[in-house]
Amino acid sequence: MKLRRRQRERLSLGLQYLVFIAVIAAVLFAADWDRLADAFFRVDIIKSMFPTIITVALRNTVLYTLGAFAFGLVFGTILALMRLSRVAPYRWVATAYIELFRGLPALLVLFLVGYGIPIAFPEREIPGGVFGSIAIGLGLTAAAYMAETIRAGIQAVPKGQMEAARTLGMSHFTAMRTIVIPQAFRIVIPPLTNELILLTKDSSLAYVLGVTAQTIEITKFGRDMLNDRVNATPLLVAGLAYLIITLPLSQVVRRLELRYAKAR
Amino acid sequence: MTTTASRPAIEIRDLHKSFGPLQVLKGIDFEVGQGEVVCVIGPSGSGKSTLLRCVDLLEEPTAGRIWVNGVEMTDPDVEVDAVRRGIGMVFQSFNLFPHLTVLNNLTIAQRRVLRRGRAEAERVARANLERVGLTDKADVFPAQLSGGQQQRAAIARSLSMEPKVMLFDEPTSALDPELVGDVLTVMRKLAEDGMTMMVVTHEMAFARDVADRVVFMDGGVVVEQGPPQEVLGAPKHERTRSFLSRVLDPTRVAQLGQTDQAPEAPEAPGLPADDRHRL
Repeated sequence: MKLRRRQRERLSLGLQYLVFIAVIAAVLFAADWDRLADAFFRVDIIKSMFPTIITVALRNTVLYTLGAFAFGLVFGTILALMRLSRVAPYRWVATAYIELFRGLPALLVLFLVGYGIPIAFPEREIPGGVFGSIAIGLGLTAAAYMAETIRAGIQAVPKGQMEAARTLGMSHFTAMRTIVIPQAFRIVIPPLTNELILLTKDSSLAYVLGVTAQTIEITKFGRDMLNDRVNATPLLVAGLAYLIITLPLSQVVRRLELRYAKAR
Repeated sequence: MTTTASRPAIEIRDLHKSFGPLQVLKGIDFEVGQGEVVCVIGPSGSGKSTLLRCVDLLEEPTAGRIWVNGVEMTDPDVEVDAVRRGIGMVFQSFNLFPHLTVLNNLTIAQRRVLRRGRAEAERVARANLERVGLTDKADVFPAQLSGGQQQRAAIARSLSMEPKVMLFDEPTSALDPELVGDVLTVMRKLAEDGMTMMVVTHEMAFARDVADRVVFMDGGVVVEQGPPQEVLGAPKHERTRSFLSRVLDPTRVAQLGQTDQAPEAPEAPGLPADDRHRL
């Protein structure tokens, strides 16, 4: 029996749905849901985590992330401009910095900032305490990544934009600030969002600085609860807490991109 | 300041420009008088765009001197941003700022460079948009405009700085044929208003009708120059004739195959010449 083209297509599509449903069903039936729920979804534990997980842990995660992102963005932009500078030593320093800090684990950098700087400058404190240390510690690494992204963004702005700005009498600096960099940032919104999401998760490294009840963030909070209650439920809740941050973030950025698409 | 009026708007003396080993301009002497419209024509690679870009210092000349509005551009200490305020530049690829509305494209340099207030900058911008027939496009982004509209907005942007000289670098080469006319009309009006213009172009009809003088360049030198009816109508040099015959009647060249060996007579008998191109 020979099937017609449309019959073949329908059959193929049907089979694909069948496989999908079969896999889901297998997982549903094979897993031991009672034991799973007991280990990961104890309602009483979930209840006990609120509201602290939101009012303290999630809040701190967001703060650490934004701090590190802001620091990385400013420093990364400076590094990117140094990379593109006409002054050779600026280029060397920026390149060396980027290569070094991209290669080092964020944990190590955070540790060095948290414990190295107080030893090096015993008279001074990092402004903002734990928050400042995390913003700088994570920001130093983020800056190295962002610098390369921003540099690529600047170079992706057509040469004619700078030329047009200069022929209107703008200085190089003014042209960069009002014409090139704003366009570069529109180009790098998607990769910078990635960086922001990565930072959200990297903020969990804050524990190496020894956080307190006031400065605790989501992961540490979840792990403390895990040890406390000898149950994995807090980890599941912590995971969901991260999604509360990252999912709306992706949505906001998608909107932003759409808005800028018009002005590209 | 007193000498400015008597001097030519643009004066170029023995200009040389090389890109690495490649010599693009091999000694150009050239001037554009106040209020004069000069069209520079020539085959691609002849150096005409480079010449124009040298005038605005978008390319650094290798040797030679250039004066614009009486200021020496080639002086190493020239205040380039200040001199450029008096020079408008229109690019082949428009180069409007895509992240700004048309109105802001026209106001940003007025505000940042000329330090004009918002109200005055917008007034000047709207007046210039009217001049190029884009009054209703002030609040859209460049991407929403056609090529011809973008180029007219770019011209209006330059005019908003109230330049004394306008440079055009193949302003219609990136446009669809049916959009060329609008841009050329704006340029023609500008010429009639007495603007000093240096136009690198392939639009022979525009050169013939609007230019006070046509300059033919080839191989990095000025081969011949003069009133349009002379250079375009009765070219003295063989290279000019061969270029014109290729530009004005490209199909015949295609039939002949060998493009570089141009025939003796530019107007080949028996072949219909496009009316627009008859000089």
